[in-house]
Amino acid sequence: MAGDQANRLTSGGLIDRSTALSFRFDGKNFLGFKGDTLASALVANGVKLVGRSFKYHRPRGILTAGSEEPNALVELRSGARREPNTKATTAELYEGLEAASQNRWPSLNFDVMSVNQLFSPIFVAGFYYKTFMWPAKFWEAIYEPAIRRAAGLGRAAGVSDPDHYDKAWAHCDVVIAGSGPAGLAAALAAGRSGARVILCEEDFVVGGRLLADGGAIDGLPAAEWVARAVAELAAMPDVRIMTRTSLFGVYDGGTYGAIERVNDHLPVPPEHQVRQRLWRIVAKRCVVAAGAIERPVVFAGNDTPGVMMASAMRSYINRYAATPARRIALFTNNEDGWRTAETAIAAGLQVAAVIDARPDVSPAHRSLASKGGFPVLHGSVSGVDGGKGGVRKISVSLTGGARAEVEADGLAVSGGWNPAVGLTSYHRGRPKWRDDIAAFVPDGAPPGMVAAGAANGAFGLGACLREGFEAGAAAARDVGRSGNIGSMPVADDEAFSITPLWHVAGKGKAFVDQQHDVTASDVELAQREGFQSVEHLKRYTTLGMATDQGKTSNVAGLAIMAAVSGKSIPETGTTIYRPPYVPVAIGAFAGHHRDENFHATRLTPSHHWAAEQGAVFVDTGLWKRAQWYPRAGEKDWLESVTREVKAVRNGVGFCDVSTLGKIDVHGPDAGAFLDRVYINAFSSLAVGKARYGLMLREDGIVYDDGTTSRLAEDHYFLTTTTAKAGLVMQHLEFCRQVLFPELDVQLTSVSDQWAQFSIAGPKTRDLLKEVVDPAEDLSNEGFPFMGAREVQLCGGLKARLFRISFSGEMAFEISVPARYGEAMARNLMIAGKPFGVTPYGTEALGVMRIEKGHVAGPELNGTTTAGDLGLGKMMSTKKDFIGRVMAGREALVAPNRQVVVGIKPTDKARRLRSGAHIIPKGETPGPENDQGYVTSVCFSPMLDQWIGLGLVERGRERIGEIVRAHDPLRSEDYDVELCNSVFYDPDGGRQRG
Amino acid sequence: MRITCPFCGERELGEFTYLGDAKPQRPAADAGEDAVYNYVYLRDNIAGVMSEHWYHGGGCRAWLKVTRNTLTHEISAVEAAAGAGAAKVGA
Repeated sequence: MAGDQANRLTSGGLIDRSTALSFRFDGKNFLGFKGDTLASALVANGVKLVGRSFKYHRPRGILTAGSEEPNALVELRSGARREPNTKATTAELYEGLEAASQNRWPSLNFDVMSVNQLFSPIFVAGFYYKTFMWPAKFWEAIYEPAIRRAAGLGRAAGVSDPDHYDKAWAHCDVVIAGSGPAGLAAALAAGRSGARVILCEEDFVVGGRLLADGGAIDGLPAAEWVARAVAELAAMPDVRIMTRTSLFGVYDGGTYGAIERVNDHLPVPPEHQVRQRLWRIVAKRCVVAAGAIERPVVFAGNDTPGVMMASAMRSYINRYAATPARRIALFTNNEDGWRTAETAIAAGLQVAAVIDARPDVSPAHRSLASKGGFPVLHGSVSGVDGGKGGVRKISVSLTGGARAEVEADGLAVSGGWNPAVGLTSYHRGRPKWRDDIAAFVPDGAPPGMVAAGAANGAFGLGACLREGFEAGAAAARDVGRSGNIGSMPVADDEAFSITPLWHVAGKGKAFVDQQHDVTASDVELAQREGFQSVEHLKRYTTLGMATDQGKTSNVAGLAIMAAVSGKSIPETGTTIYRPPYVPVAIGAFAGHHRDENFHATRLTPSHHWAAEQGAVFVDTGLWKRAQWYPRAGEKDWLESVTREVKAVRNGVGFCDVSTLGKIDVHGPDAGAFLDRVYINAFSSLAVGKARYGLMLREDGIVYDDGTTSRLAEDHYFLTTTTAKAGLVMQHLEFCRQVLFPELDVQLTSVSDQWAQFSIAGPKTRDLLKEVVDPAEDLSNEGFPFMGAREVQLCGGLKARLFRISFSGEMAFEISVPARYGEAMARNLMIAGKPFGVTPYGTEALGVMRIEKGHVAGPELNGTTTAGDLGLGKMMSTKKDFIGRVMAGREALVAPNRQVVVGIKPTDKARRLRSGAHIIPKGETPGPENDQGYVTSVCFSPMLDQWIGLGLVERGRERIGEIVRAHDPLRSEDYDVELCNSVFYDPDGGRQRG
Repeated sequence: MRITCPFCGERELGEFTYLGDAKPQRPAADAGEDAVYNYVYLRDNIAGVMSEHWYHGGGCRAWLKVTRNTLTHEISAVEAAAGAGAAKVGA
């Protein structure tokens, strides 16, 4: 029958028969129409078997017509765009759509693993916990991979997603979830009053249940009324209707998450367009008009293909003009289910029987039965005879004990309706039970949110319109919109009566959660084994934990648990509801933040110049920094770095150090402020001078370091480390605003305003003379060590010059406005050519700082004190500062602390590695003898051997001692000597020269 | 969550950084070790209304004192720190 749309009605439905679409399912070609979902097109083509179940590999068909679908999950698309576990019931049909069924091998029709059904007595709840306990090491190696192959869903694409995803914000007065009668009425009331409204509809057509169930509103057929309402809303400038958009979560402060499937209905998104967009909608009010979900009744064989929700059957017949069966039996326990019988008759289909679990059937329905020539059986369906070909026969337990059989090829089931209480319950709200409709309804909602219509348990069309309209009007009023809301749409209220029925006893498997293959007997077993709480029930049986989040199964599961444990349903209660309401792709949460855009990239002002030089870049935080500049013929990084260090120490080199945090500190109290945040004094610093400063945290541990210069009486220029730039700014603002508000001082972050270069080496002055204007005095007297002042260069450009040295050489740091950074680098290269100027990277910078024993990140590691770093004497005793008191605590001044010390292997040819632990000679390596570790290492070109810094117990008292460097990670163990941490030019003559 | 910054208006959580309890006051320089210890380490952890420090780093860089219910995340008051903006205490 496949391929010819044999089950398509010749007229009716919201499909465009003039636009036929071809598609493939499991390699077979089919035709559908524009307006179809994949599921409706499969129904139209008579395809009943669409997948195999998770655990037992049972044949499964289409159960629903919406996002609650547990069974009809397919792999949609192919290659890099393959999306597993896509609901056929929500996938819009497009020309060329490709889909494949899941969890079967080699084919859907002949599935080897369906043998699992024979073993089903052992696949009970908790099976894995009970069976694969021992031996433990088998779990990872054997059991889990085997289970994962046998049980499971679709296959991920396994390659990078070629599509783009977007994230966006929207702001409005009222956001409405759902565009059924309640949602549209709410939008009309709120929109007319002048409110800014966003109406989200997960379907691709507005109308909700009206699309399938019709009815009359304001005397018009539902479809006509919907069209009129949409036209009215579309004409309102502040109303936005977003179809293909699911409101999936509610967050604090009236923020809502929504996922818009922008281009999922096309094979490939058009160029420059995204596939999906994640919306964060900030709304003052929210009306949840998300409707209700019809629930199944649990009976043996209720998962047979051809068993379908009664409302879904109406959707396929009325909306898609596709008939799921020729001869339909209906099993209902409520009034609403009968509409499927009416629909079937109207569509010219046969009704085999209506099985009604209620004691009474209305006279109107009795006459419908006699007109339609079908029996009304009082009782319940207790079994289904059928298989992968669909339903054949239905067993009925009649009230009173007799049995009957009904021949049919389709069974519509209605067990009542569950209001969609997700959104209203996401802030740990617990819905309340209502006996009259045998369902949970919202009991309150997050601030600003209200449920209306079926989502609130109002099942009649008239009631939906009324509640929606009133909720929309109230929301608009609450936000101060007072326009004329016009008249409320009116419709009749259908009667709703229900006799709760959850589970019918019978022979064979009766499924509660079809996606996770959880049966009624699993629930009963969980109860017997003590997992009675619904939260335990859920986790023990995995009920409701599949991608459908138990939308068709949770309430039935807890009702069965209530029955077997002798409690009422409200006593048994519900599990916690958590977002998202529908699955949201991780790609949508990531948006554009993937691959090279995972985070922002910061480039130094001289980046492009450095790239031209062939620099190798290293990521430091968000920054790309030049690590070294390889030259032709150099065989490795070490050779390049060694050359750069030697060039600096013997001539002149420069390095972009713009990544340092830079803060201008202004105000009459600037000095007093710095005194409080640094351990050493800055108010006493002379104008025109720089000083190294160390900051502690309030707990006495070192926070950050850097040089700060006094450019004027009330103006300091402070630098931080690259890593802490943002955090130090935040810390200083805290000190200024919260701790010391009485100080008249202001902070300005100027990190991005200044390009800063370190120029170092004995020929620095020669080079600088070529750069700065002739009037500037760079002599030792005119610009002494630790001098700092504004200068002019290149004929009047204002710059800041600091005579500070990280390398230990005669050195300056020069700051120019960032836009001149690249020109400055080029200029230094030209001006420095006669002196052999060499650009150097962070690696050479690091080598020279280790040679000089300067501490950096590995030593400022969040555990060290000023004393540990050998800087204890800097701590002023004449003033209070952040961290002063706590730094004096006993343990922080203990004599046996691990302190910074120099380390070098006794074997000069040996490579020292950071991370190696220091163990006294003759002791066994282990925690009890661990005296510290190597923090920083480098190959020192000046000493011609590997050297390092370490944190070693009483290190400074042990200079000259030979200890073991024990490195179990690399299986190394060698002798090292503890030495002065200043390896090169210990008296500092070079930097003063 | 959304915080109404006194300088910038209502802004999204991502612009702010949380610090913690705003109640402890930094002791005077001569308060002694115990007082500083309490200030640095001892915090109330209230299931209910708390006064907290938040930093508007993604906006005006003001430190804010936010009164927030830790159970509901409801924010009942936001005020700028004493030294936020250009204002000087006692100036």
